[in-house]
Amino acid sequence: MATKTMRKGAPISDRIFDIFVYGFVLLVTIVTLYPFLNVLALSLNDSTDSVRGGITIFPREFTLQNYSIIFGYEGLIQGFKISILRTIVGTVLGLISASMLAYTLSRPDFQARRFVSVFLALTMYISGGLIPTYLLIKDLNMIGTFAVYVLPGMVSAFNVFIIRSFMDGIPYALQESAKLDGANDFTIYWRVILPMAKPALATIALFLAVGQWNSWFDTWLYNARADHLTTLQFELMKVLQSTTTGNSDYRNSNMTQVMSSISPESVRMAITIVVTVPILFVYPFLQRYFVKGMTLGAVKG
Amino acid sequence: MEAVTQQKPKERGRRETSRFWRIFLQQKYLYMMSIPFVIWVFIFSYLPLWGWTMAFQKYRPMPNKSFWERIVDQKWVGFDQFARLFADDQFYLVLRNTLAMSFMGLIAGFTIPIIFAILLNEVRLMAFKRFAQTISYLPHFVSWVVVAGIVTKMLSADHGAVNDFLMWIGIIDQPIQFMAKGSYFWSIVTAADVWKETGWNTIIYLAAIAGISGELYEAARVDGASRLRQIWHITIPGIRSTIIILLIMSIGHLVSIGFEKQMLLSNNLVTDYSQVLDLYALQYGLQMSNFSFGTAINMFNSVVSIILLFTANGIFKRITKESIM
Repeated sequence: MATKTMRKGAPISDRIFDIFVYGFVLLVTIVTLYPFLNVLALSLNDSTDSVRGGITIFPREFTLQNYSIIFGYEGLIQGFKISILRTIVGTVLGLISASMLAYTLSRPDFQARRFVSVFLALTMYISGGLIPTYLLIKDLNMIGTFAVYVLPGMVSAFNVFIIRSFMDGIPYALQESAKLDGANDFTIYWRVILPMAKPALATIALFLAVGQWNSWFDTWLYNARADHLTTLQFELMKVLQSTTTGNSDYRNSNMTQVMSSISPESVRMAITIVVTVPILFVYPFLQRYFVKGMTLGAVKG
Repeated sequence: MEAVTQQKPKERGRRETSRFWRIFLQQKYLYMMSIPFVIWVFIFSYLPLWGWTMAFQKYRPMPNKSFWERIVDQKWVGFDQFARLFADDQFYLVLRNTLAMSFMGLIAGFTIPIIFAILLNEVRLMAFKRFAQTISYLPHFVSWVVVAGIVTKMLSADHGAVNDFLMWIGIIDQPIQFMAKGSYFWSIVTAADVWKETGWNTIIYLAAIAGISGELYEAARVDGASRLRQIWHITIPGIRSTIIILLIMSIGHLVSIGFEKQMLLSNNLVTDYSQVLDLYALQYGLQMSNFSFGTAINMFNSVVSIILLFTANGIFKRITKESIM
């Protein structure tokens, strides 16, 4: 409505500008979306037919064979299980630790508040670096264990501060009345504060879950030799590295067998889609909460 | 009051202590909910800090000795590891790659989101704007492994989309071997980064633009300012401080560009262009078990980052009177 009245008197330069704006934004959208659609089409297209090229966003000879073949590969199934497991465990542990710490920090009367707050904040600016961390994990005998995925990064100062700034906004009177009713601090946290902090918790849960799902470097660094602890991202990485670079480190008899029945490219495309689909699944929530969390973090931090 | 405290400092101290323990008991649940995680943070974030000393040692792992013996029994060598680092020819190659990719990443990764945010803000069709935003955030949530796979496929000489497109419009008649030529590598990494993060990085600017008062635009329209002039005189000044803060922060991260994309996108043919400081440290430190040398590389990296951050902050403070510290 407002647009219409404005356009009527708008100078010609504004109309040219409009065309430029819509053209540019459309171009960005296409450039972002096309690769995903192209990969999807290739993953659904017959392997021998794909080699001829010319597939854009629709499969030419539709088949689900690529998927049925990669799911016959044991490593991928195991990777799928571990990826799901680490996402669930990592998210739950991260949420519990961050929300508990956040609650104690949001209590103005807590004696150790200042100490804990500074102690945590420092970790955002200093870090021991990769090599000392690796040696520590080795000393703790955590190499080749599932624990290495979820324990070292369990407490994140950033997440604590985001939840805390949300909890700061919950009226303190609520806690006081619960206290009068005889509730202890843990009960207040569990029964009063947590239910009210749901939006912040949802944001952090998504942060944690996406981070866990997308991790591949810890598998590469700590668990590359433990086949039963492989993750989906790591399996995809192995497939990519073994075929694009001729890197023989990652050649693996089982995988080679899988590759020989369909072209390596179809394998890569199908695994890429398998790894990406869960993200698309939670994407509507991601968008809603992530944007909130991002702006919250930016304003407060 | 003052006389009392001067007279009996000891008693006052005791009373303070007992008061502390009284409150401590009252707040035992708060302590129980925070102290375990403080210990956690100490182990996983503070203990590795000791590892920085390895840069000044000739660290030997000594797997059969106890934790304390391993800390005490190391041989200190001063700045020997750094001397070795600066004498290594490969170091300068790696430094060149790191700086080149970080500057390209800084310029592209900093300017393109601003332009995109401003243009997105000018889109008046709300449905289209939301659609474009939804799509543009998407790559942020997929892992670098997936992005590396997609980029490799798109740039492939074997019916990759980019080569197909360039041949279709007739710019080239032979597919270009993008991934096999070192000279393309820096641009590929930069473009992949832009593709993945541009949409996401607009969020903060869009939030800043949303904070600009609508009255300013109203007044400008009454005065007959064109849309371009409104952007120039209202939108850009309105998000100026956001731009500066993000610029200083990205300068601070200039040298610590990470290694994920380089590690995943590189191959044997382009290592002269793809090796960056973090990968170099990883290669020496972990794959060749030369922990001290690897740590020295990481330390050099951190020191350069801090210097850059403070320099950038100092310069901007002088020019714009704005600072993040």
